[in-house]
Amino acid sequence: MNVPTGLKYADTHEWLKREDDGTVTIGITDHAQNALGDLVYVELPAVGRKLAKGEACAVVESVKAASDVYAPIAGEVVAVNDKLSGSPEAVNEDAYAAWLFRLRPDDADALAGFMDAAAYSRFAAEP
Amino acid sequence: MVDFGGYDMPLHYGSQIDEHHAVRNDAGMFDVSHMRVVDLHGEPRPFLSHALANDVAKLTVPGKALYSCLLRDDGGVLDDLIVYFLRDDCFRLVVNAATADKDIAWLHALAAKHAPGLRIAPRDDLAMIAVQGPHAREKVWRALPGSETATRELKPFSAASFTTPFGEVFAARTGYTGEDGFELIVPARTVEAVWNALRTTGVTPAGLGARDTLRLEAGLNLYGQDMDEAVSPLESGLAWTVDTKRERDFVGRGALAKQPVARRLAGLVLQDAGVLRAHQVVHTSHGAGEITSGTFSPTMKKSIALARLPKGVADGEIVHVDVRGKSLAARVVKPPFVRQGRILVE
Repeated sequence: MNVPTGLKYADTHEWLKREDDGTVTIGITDHAQNALGDLVYVELPAVGRKLAKGEACAVVESVKAASDVYAPIAGEVVAVNDKLSGSPEAVNEDAYAAWLFRLRPDDADALAGFMDAAAYSRFAAEP
Repeated sequence: MVDFGGYDMPLHYGSQIDEHHAVRNDAGMFDVSHMRVVDLHGEPRPFLSHALANDVAKLTVPGKALYSCLLRDDGGVLDDLIVYFLRDDCFRLVVNAATADKDIAWLHALAAKHAPGLRIAPRDDLAMIAVQGPHAREKVWRALPGSETATRELKPFSAASFTTPFGEVFAARTGYTGEDGFELIVPARTVEAVWNALRTTGVTPAGLGARDTLRLEAGLNLYGQDMDEAVSPLESGLAWTVDTKRERDFVGRGALAKQPVARRLAGLVLQDAGVLRAHQVVHTSHGAGEITSGTFSPTMKKSIALARLPKGVADGEIVHVDVRGKSLAARVVKPPFVRQGRILVE
């Protein structure tokens, strides 16, 4: 299982990365893309949308099913990865390079409490 | 791995989309050993003439195959199957896994009334591999010594039996993908060796996921999804399989003759981005319908679906589908969407 160190992980299988400017980049984990299978469609939130923690804000659809992506933290959408609309398979190829959206968190301490790589590896390995 | 009709089956062996393209462009294989082979011994022809909605009188040459529905008295579809004429005293059925036990019980009950001498023999000693794609036949010929001579002249929807180092092989030029190829029925004890021999000639293993996108592109129904006991075959795109040309008393005929046909099974091609899925509601000029199977077509790079729509909806009409809270535009088309690698609709 590919779980890079230096990222934080949510139990809903998103990864979070704090950027130097204080924003947080969010994508789905390699474990999640593998479980979904080949992605064929990605729908992203509008830039400027304010998201509550746990709000469904994006959709990733594989050939077999559609899955919601939840905002792991509250914040305002400041950027989305537009390239994915034309090449959703980029998420399968490298789930950590193919980010989905970037938030400016409401709470500066928003990443506290998320799992690190070791904890997520154990979590995702559970049956 | 997923459960399918009580069998653990792989959804894919790596990438469902790569497996799909392997079948469209080269050769792929599916382990379809869950499908049940049932041989009928005795005098199967008059029995099947009554039991099946399609007419076995079309089977005049040994080895010839026919697709048919098995109907209930009320016209509902118990199962869809392929029947092969082997000899005057033996016909072979290949039925779906999830419905096999129900089918066999149904056949026993029918035979008790109409053909007490008939012997119904489920062949649990046999396994089945479907090898499909433009290069499928030549790869089978290289993998199975003796197969080329026996099947080179075989026409579509025909089968032949022959002896190989893997035992007796029954090869039918049939499939569920819209591509050329064979469905191979082999002894269960050698099926693994046959699979491995096919791998060495470059046939790509493919899972249930690719099987579903390929059959949907080919406009082929899936039992339990696009048709079932509750719906008439005439509203399931299967009118061509219900043969009423001859005076023939077959199960379900009387009921179908009385039922009004208000709906039809049509194809949809999504014009917007997104993915059509089963059970989504379709709004048309003649009222609402419902998607029975939907997916993303890897060949067309668009979403496609089969949908049961009001009968008056014409091909070419733009309809609107409720997809996850949005209304998306789709064009009504006549399936198939893709056959033999070619896209047939827009």
